[in-house]
Order: sequence, then C-alpha cells, then structure tokens
Amino acid sequence: MSTDHIVGTSVLRKEGRDKVTGRALYIDDIRLANMIYGATVRSSIPRGKIKKITFGQGIRWDEFVVVSAKDVPGQNCVALIVDDQPCLADGVVNHPEEPILLLAHADRHLLPKAVAAVTIEYDPMPALFSMEESEQCKEVIHGTDNTFKTYRLEKGDVDSVWAKADYIVEGEYITGAQEQLYIENNGVIASFDREHGITLWGSMQCPYYVHRALMKLCKLPESKIRVVQTETGGAFGGKEEYPSMIAGHAALLAMKSGRPVKIIYDRMEDMAATTKRHPSRTRHRTAVSKDGKILGGEIEFAVDGGAYTTLSPVVLSRGTIHAGGPYYWPHVRIRAKAVATNAPPHGAFRGFGAPQSIFAMERHMDRIAATVGISSAEVRRRNFLKSGQTTITEQTIREAIDLEKLLDRGLALADYHAKRDRFRKGNESSISKKGIGIATFLHGAGFTGSGERNLSSEVAVAGTANGGVQLLVSSTEFGQGTKTVLCQIAAEELGLRFEDVEIIQPDTSQVPNSGPTVASRTVMVVGKLVQSAARGIRQTLTASGRLREGYSWQEFREACSKYFAEYGQLLSRAGYRPPPGVFWDDENYRGEAYAAFAWAVYIAEVTVDPTTYSVTVDDFVALQEVGRVLHPVLARGQITGGVAQGIGFALYENVVWQNGRMQNGQMTNYIMPTSADLPPIRVYFEELGNEYGAFGAKGIGELPMDGPAPAIANAVEDALGLKVDSIPLLPEDLFEAMAASSPGRRESQASNGVQ
Amino acid sequence: MRSDPADYELVAPGSLREAVSLLAAQPGVWLPIAGGTDVMVQFAAGNLAAQKLVSLWNLPDLRFIEVNDKEIRVGAGSTYTDLRAHEVVEREFPLLNRAARWTGGIANQNRGTLGGNIANASPAADSLPALLVYEAELILVSASGERRVNYVDFHTGYKETQLAPDELIRAVCLARGFAGHFSYARKVGARNAQAISKVAVAAIARICEGVVADVRIAVGSVAPVPLRLWNTEGVVKGRVIDAALILKARETARGEIRPIDDIRSTAAYRAQVTGNLVAEFLEGLAANGDKA
Amino acid sequence: MNTSRVQCEVSLTVNGESRHLRVYPMERLLDVLRQQLGLTGTKEGCGEGECGSCSVLMDGALVNSCLVPILQAQGARIMTIEGLAEGPQLHALQDAFLKCGGAQCGICTPGMILAACQLLNEKPQPSLEEIREGLSGNLCRCTGYTQILEAVAEAAGRGSAR
Repeated sequence: MSTDHIVGTSVLRKEGRDKVTGRALYIDDIRLANMIYGATVRSSIPRGKIKKITFGQGIRWDEFVVVSAKDVPGQNCVALIVDDQPCLADGVVNHPEEPILLLAHADRHLLPKAVAAVTIEYDPMPALFSMEESEQCKEVIHGTDNTFKTYRLEKGDVDSVWAKADYIVEGEYITGAQEQLYIENNGVIASFDREHGITLWGSMQCPYYVHRALMKLCKLPESKIRVVQTETGGAFGGKEEYPSMIAGHAALLAMKSGRPVKIIYDRMEDMAATTKRHPSRTRHRTAVSKDGKILGGEIEFAVDGGAYTTLSPVVLSRGTIHAGGPYYWPHVRIRAKAVATNAPPHGAFRGFGAPQSIFAMERHMDRIAATVGISSAEVRRRNFLKSGQTTITEQTIREAIDLEKLLDRGLALADYHAKRDRFRKGNESSISKKGIGIATFLHGAGFTGSGERNLSSEVAVAGTANGGVQLLVSSTEFGQGTKTVLCQIAAEELGLRFEDVEIIQPDTSQVPNSGPTVASRTVMVVGKLVQSAARGIRQTLTASGRLREGYSWQEFREACSKYFAEYGQLLSRAGYRPPPGVFWDDENYRGEAYAAFAWAVYIAEVTVDPTTYSVTVDDFVALQEVGRVLHPVLARGQITGGVAQGIGFALYENVVWQNGRMQNGQMTNYIMPTSADLPPIRVYFEELGNEYGAFGAKGIGELPMDGPAPAIANAVEDALGLKVDSIPLLPEDLFEAMAASSPGRRESQASNGVQ
Repeated sequence: MRSDPADYELVAPGSLREAVSLLAAQPGVWLPIAGGTDVMVQFAAGNLAAQKLVSLWNLPDLRFIEVNDKEIRVGAGSTYTDLRAHEVVEREFPLLNRAARWTGGIANQNRGTLGGNIANASPAADSLPALLVYEAELILVSASGERRVNYVDFHTGYKETQLAPDELIRAVCLARGFAGHFSYARKVGARNAQAISKVAVAAIARICEGVVADVRIAVGSVAPVPLRLWNTEGVVKGRVIDAALILKARETARGEIRPIDDIRSTAAYRAQVTGNLVAEFLEGLAANGDKA
Repeated sequence: MNTSRVQCEVSLTVNGESRHLRVYPMERLLDVLRQQLGLTGTKEGCGEGECGSCSVLMDGALVNSCLVPILQAQGARIMTIEGLAEGPQLHALQDAFLKCGGAQCGICTPGMILAACQLLNEKPQPSLEEIREGLSGNLCRCTGYTQILEAVAEAAGRGSAR
C-alpha cells in the first residue's frame, strides 16, 4: 500500500484546469438544438388578488409559449418542507416579484419586451414589511398568527436564577438581510419528451431536491425525471432550495412547448426575486454573577422568513441551537420564532441562522464584560464550555477541546493585548480611532439532530474497466473543491494515487442520493461514506483473492480491471448509519445536536475614520479547530472567502427595502468588498480529529461566516466606546450613532485641534 | 440583457467632421457614445431611450493631450488611463489625476472618457469637481464651428448642460499655473474601488503671508450639479486659518449644498461629510500650504 | 417601434485569428464572443461593468466586454481567456491560480486572470498594493481575494505576497 499522503496535501484540483482555461461549462455556456428561452412575469405588488391579465399590443403572442398555474400537471408547489409556496401564483400574490406567468420564445431578445407588455391588474391587500408588523398581527398573512415555526428550548430552571444574579444584563441585536451574490446568476435548461420525461441541467447545490420538486410539480415518476448539475459559479446556500423554483418553471415551459427551454436570470432579476439571508432580532436577558459567570438567561430569537415557509423552520433551528455560543449555560430558556412578511421568501445562506444568533451572543458577551468590569477576553474565559460539560441542548462535549488555550493562541497571533494598549493611547490624540475585537464561537457540522438519519445518504464507489475507481455521489462542487477532496479521501483509503480516482458529474440517473450539499456536511459526512464504500471495494477484491495485503497501486489497478472484466461490474455502496448511543429529542430540542462542532477564535482590528465614518478592517486573525485539514489550500480558501462575506455582512452589504421589494438590486448599489477593501486574512488551524468525519475532518464551509461581524462590531465599540448592536453598520449609521451620542460635538468631530 | 441590439443603429464616423455633420443633419437624434461605460449600462438595463447612436470612440481628433506654455488641452475622447499616464497632468493637475485613479476599476478607466463624464453630467461624476477647481474651459464643436465656454457655467441643471443638440465637446483646456498650490482631493464612496461617489471634494489654495490665497473648493454629489463653494471660498480668502475659521467654513459649506437622500446615502451624512472634508482641506492647508 | 434591424460587417482579431462578422452594431462584444464565436470562457455576471467577469483584453487593455458595442471593436485585437495559454502549456498565471487556490468556483477566474495579465504586462514586479488596485474591478465572492493576490505574486516570480 502506498505510504504517500494525499489527504493533508494540497493536490491540484481535478476540476481546476478547466476553470483557469475557461473550458468549464456553466449553464449559460450550454446550448441545445432547438432550444428556446424562457422568462418570468412577476408580481409588482406585495400582496393582493390578481384581477385581470392583459397581453398588450405590439407583440406577436402566437409565437410565444405561455404557461400559467393552470398548466401545472401535478401539484402547483415548490416542494420543500411544507408545500405552501406556489410554483406559479394562482389568483393571489404574497410578495413582490412572485412568479405569475412564464413566457418562452426562440429569440431571447424579444422576451423583455414581451414581459413588459403583460399588464396585470390587482386588488391590493394590506401587506406586512417587518417582523414587528408581523408579530402585531394587524394583518394575518400566514396561518393564524403569521408564524411559520416556533421552538422552545429549556435547560435547567431559568426562573430560579434571577434572584441569585449580581447583574442582569439585557440587549437587543439586529442583523439585516444579505444577498448571496454568487457571480453566476441562477440558470437552468429543461427538456421534455414522453419517453424520457424531464431532463434538467442547471446551476445548483442539491440535484435531488430539484428531482423531488419536479416529480411533484410535473406529476412524473422518479425514473422520468433526470437532474444534472452543471458547473456552478458560486452558491453559498443561494442555490440550495431556489433552483427547484426556476427548474420547475423551465420544466413547465418544456412540457408545454416540446422544446428545450433555457432560463437564465440577469443580475437585477436574481437579486430582486430570489432568496436572501433571514433578517433577525435577538433579545438576551442574562443573569450574571459578580465575577462575570453566566448563571442563566433567556434568549428570544426571531427571524423574518418572507412570504412562504420554505426553509425557515430549519434556519430557525440552527440559529436556536447556536444561540448560546461556546459557553456553559447552567440554565437557559430560548424561545424562537420565524415569522411571515410580504417579501420574497428568505432562504439558505452560509451559516443558516448561526451568523445571526452568534452575532447577538458575541455582542452580548462584550456587554456582560462591560457591565461587570472585566475584559472581553476574560468574560469568555470564565464561561467557555469545557470537556465533559453540556451545551444548551445538553450535549456533552466529549472531545478534548481547550477553548482557553485556543483563545490564548488567537490573542497572541493578533498581538491583541499590546495592540489594545497602543490603540487606547493612540486614540487620545489621533483623529482616526483604532480598535480590536474578539469573537469566539462554534459551528455544528452536518444536519441537526435526527437530520442526518432522516437523509439516509448513500454513496457508491465503482471499480472501472481500466482499473481505476469512480465515485458516485450527488454532492456538488461549487467552489469548495468537493470533487478533489472526495477523490483524495478515496485515494488515501485505497492506497491509490490521486489520479487513479475519478468522480462523475452529479446526475440523478447515475448517482445515489448523498443528501444535499449544505450544512458543512460534504467532507465530514459524505466523505466518511466514501471512505466506507471505498473500503468495500478493497474488501471485495481481497476477498476474491485478487489482491494481497500491502498491494501497490499498480496491483490494485490490475486486480480491479480483471475483476471488472470477469464480472462486468464492481460496485460498493455505503449508507449513512447514525453513530451508536447518540440521541436527539426533536420535541424538546434536547440531545446531540451535531456529530461534531468546530471551534473558533476570530479577532478583528479596525480603523474608524471620523471624517467619513467608515470602518476599515486592517487585520483579521481567523483561528479555528477543524478536526483535520484535508487540503490546506482549499481549507484556507474556505476561511478567507467566508471571512470576506462576514466582513461584507458587517460593514458593506445593505438591502434597501421598499414595500417588500429590494430597491438596490444591481452590483453598483449592492456593495460587496473589492480587493481594495479587504485586509490580508490570516488563517490558522488546529486539529483535534473527529471520529465521525472522514480522516478526522469536521465541516468548515459555514464556520467562517459566524465570527467576523461580531468581532468587527466589538472592535468598533472598542475604538469608539459606542455600542454597535445592529448590522450592517454603514457609515451613515455610524454617523447617526456618533451624533446621537454627543450631539454638541458634531462640528468639532473631525478637528485635529487646529488652534 | 434587456434591450434588443437589432433595434439600435450605431455608426462610427472616421472623423470629428463627419460626426458633427451627422449631428447637424439630425440634431437631437443621435446620441454620442464614447467609452460606453454609462450608455451601455442603460442599454443592458433596457433604459436607453435613444435608438440612434454615434460612436466617438478612439477618434484621433478627440483622443489627445497637448501641452503648451499656457495650458494643456485634453481631448474629450481621452480615457482616464490616458489622463493617469500623462506626466504633466500628474504633476500640475493632481486633482484630475486623482479623479482618474478613483474612477471605477482599471477596465472602466481604460474606456471611460473625460468628455463622456462631462456630457453625461451626473452630479456624482468623478472628474467634475477637479474641472471646476481648475476653471477649465471647454471647446465645443459643431458643423458651424467652435466655441469656448467656461466650465463653471456649463451645468445648468440636473443632467442639463450648455451643449446644443448639434454640439460635441472637443477638448477641455486647463490653464497652467497651479504647480505651486496645495491640493486636496477626496472621494467618499461605499467602498475603495468601483464606487459611485457619495461626496467628493476637490480643492486648491495657497498660503501667502500667512493668509489663504487663491482658494477654490468644489464638491460633487451634493446638488443637482457639481458645485463650486463660492461662499465658503469667500469666507476663508485672506484670512488666517484657525479653529474659528474652520468652523465658519463648515457652516458656510453646509449652507451652500443641497444634498438628498437616495439609494446610496443620506442628506444628513452628505452634509456632515462635506463639512468634514472642507475642514480636512483647511487643516491640511494650514499645515502645508506655504510649503506646496 | 424599431425600424433598424440593419447589420454591418466588423473585422477584428480574436486570440490571434482574423474574424469577419456580420453583426448588429450594438451587439455587446461579450455576446458576440460567447454566441457567434463560441468563446464561452468570458462570462456575464452583472451586465453593468461592475463585476469584471466579462473582462477581456482589447488592444492590450483590460475592458469590460459587456460595455463594448461590437462596432467599436472594429480592427481591434481581442484576447480572451481561451487565447492566453499557447498550446497545451498553461500560462504562468493559470498555473499559479491552480497552485495557490486563486480559483474556487471559477466564474470570475477568466476575467481575473486577464486583469492580472494586463497588470503584469505593465508592472512585471507589482507590489501587493498594486496587485490589489489592478484587480479592484474584478469581484470574487468565493476567495476573499487572499489566494488570488498570492497567485498573482507567484506568477510575477516574487512568490510571497503573504
């Protein structure tokens, strides 16, 4: 067996060459014979009944394919958890940009004119645009009380702690919507014929989600729907559930026209019509001892789900479970809810509820520190979870994580104490103010609780005629290096070279359902199944006498190809089996929430410019314990990319809403950082291993999203003495906050003391 | 892409003379397009009203930078990259060099032109405050000949200029003589590159015998047109810079501008930042003005 | 109502090859490259000249091809990502992007590499600040730019932008 290590080295990506040569084919690069183009007619109002639809003058309507709700062969829904979201609005709309009609034509250029020529008259109904309006139930737009889902999580006896508290610390923390802003807009191509059914190609994270949704919408059996993921230009959760909608649209047009149909959104449509991160509001009320220990507390966590249920129950769940941070809570009560408003439904975005509740927790820790009179670092030290203690869901931390030591290392890497002192002194005489802030947090990888069991993911590994092996998984690559890492795992497990392992493009007619590519589960959970299935191949070959112990890769290839020649197939499957002794109570939200937590310490150094009220991040330390780093370059890339998105979340990315519609849906006006805006992001790893992950890996894709915003907000408070409890913090917001905190000083704020 | 290219006519005359003849034949019908960094965005968004366009891109008659003893003459078809690369512009007209650097990214600097920036007349346009400060003169050209206008009078209202329907901007003339001035330019946008200006200030001045001399201050994005702060200039001219003067300058500046709330920023923020930038200019002038 | 629909002839060089096209003059260079010439390496991310994923070199200068009407490319020498490597050997930038993790999802990569190309043509030994500025018109959502900057420094032969 080979002793070279593939896992743990930065092998060149299998999918990399095509990307740097421009040969990788994304959905809009693909054209099928006889293909036509589709477009969507959308609601211009937030809520109301559709009264009349008029097809205007100047368009040769007989040349167009037109599809409405009545053309839906099966159930008019985008199947997900609760099938309340229509694929096409049927008589009533509940958010701006809601799809009503579909048009298709061979000439792409005629579509915008045709869409503009459809006039829709509505009977508008009162609409809700904020969580507060929704809670007040002046209008009921969903169910009986505008609530999609609630959770109540209790540990211990919260009501008993208030009397013992030396301090009761309260705070309210707000986060805004955030657009995923993948550089490749949503797009699909659908084709249909009676014999094969629907084939759907597109930019997506979860081919089997789309498969399931199309079965229901088109009323076709499993074998008559085939979904193929094409090269995907960024996703971040924005292509987790949304593709089922656009795929349904293309499928309906393909069924009606009998021709392949391509739908590609332009940036304005993608921004205005598709999902965003759930806006949130978290309220903390914490009983604290005089030495800054958390005795217990109550947390109210609320997210705005937009107009339909979609994934809000799951986002809420993850946000709830992360709401306590990496701290020991002897007693806690968390009440969480997802409420409805008349905006396009909010959806999956890297972190999935955790960035929201962790922002609150980390801001609140600094609030507790300030109240008690101890430092930001010290308050965390005194409350960190230790091995053997239980989380807020009463999951025992079994691994040997030492958060104090991790914090120490992070502080040293950031030169925290020296800088803090230097900034304090410097700020007295400098116009610009510098600050440094800490965030410490955790992120659970894989589906929550019984989620992985319910997914019952499957993978297959096949031996091929030429002696190499092929991986069959539905996990998708969209920048994180799925193909490469899964092949590394198989190669390492089998003692083969990296080039002996291939992976095919996810195609539901060829690969089993390995679960969605979300929740930071791919390397950890699916990777472990790949490891298992690979082992099965080896076992078959050794059991058949074709492979000796200590074989070389050449011997493996020979044995494999001989076996294949003889039997015509060499296949090994592996299915998810929950670890023994792991329990999760869905009712009471208690037990082992995640198979593994990754732990992190992030430290942000900022400069606040009081002339322009802008905050610049000058240095960023991202230190995390991740089990095992399987590919250093890819792992580092996940952290730097996630931190950049977190910086955007904190300081740059603002959705301007008007009556439920995003007004700044262009790259000119929705601001993400450029290369000129970000500091060098310094990344450090620790590896404690993970028995539940492939080669000890934990999931890391979402972890880096959780820390930057609170670290930055804490740094701004450190610089200015001003509380930042709401993000994004735009210069305009900082200006208002500074003016409010010292109204008389407005004129002299930027003075450097010219006498 | 929300327009159908087939609906549009675009012609590319080989010379300035051909271009103005076309405009003379059908004034107001042909929209000039140079580097396309404004027009093509409108086109892609389905918002381009004009259906006939005349290309001025890369016409030698318009793309040049000439220097003589008295002035430099920048052809209207000069790109931001052309401006950045020019030594005299960098040395003697640093406000214009800075404006070219902070426009868009490299790709947009390679295509955007000075003439296009002026004619498009957005109050947020990056090069306009510098032109106001240097009191540029524009050479406008039509089939009937040329005329020179003072740039300070050129913008007459929001996106309205003195340009007649049959006219083009041929060149921007900048009188030399600013090499000894203290210069200040600052743009405030939502990020460090590729940002539309929320506020931009360009200013020059000298300190002569301890007092402010020859001060010129211009601001973008705080009114329907780019503004010279005449009153603020009047308040500081001939005075010693001290804290009281700076305060007065701030107040006067705030009184001269008419910022609005829009999708990018707020009136209150713009007003405050304008005051801050004017103060920053004066502080810098006080510290360095006699050494410029 | 439109009364145009008049095409014109445009001749230009794309990746070293002469091309003679029959096009509508206002077709975007981006669309002509992708659709008429089948060079799909150049991408559309925003249609507004903000993201840079459509950038190509036009007479050696980086431009956003979504903002160039094809008539203005008459006589121009265009290079797209497909024209960067000569034969099977990758360009130094492509190698560096591969090695340093400069490409994740890959959609911004063609434009980003060409932006780096113009930068290195003008400044063979750029500082980190110059690299940042040179790429500031190309948005990347995946990488946070860190490994892209390192890739460019690596290709420039310095090897340490860290």
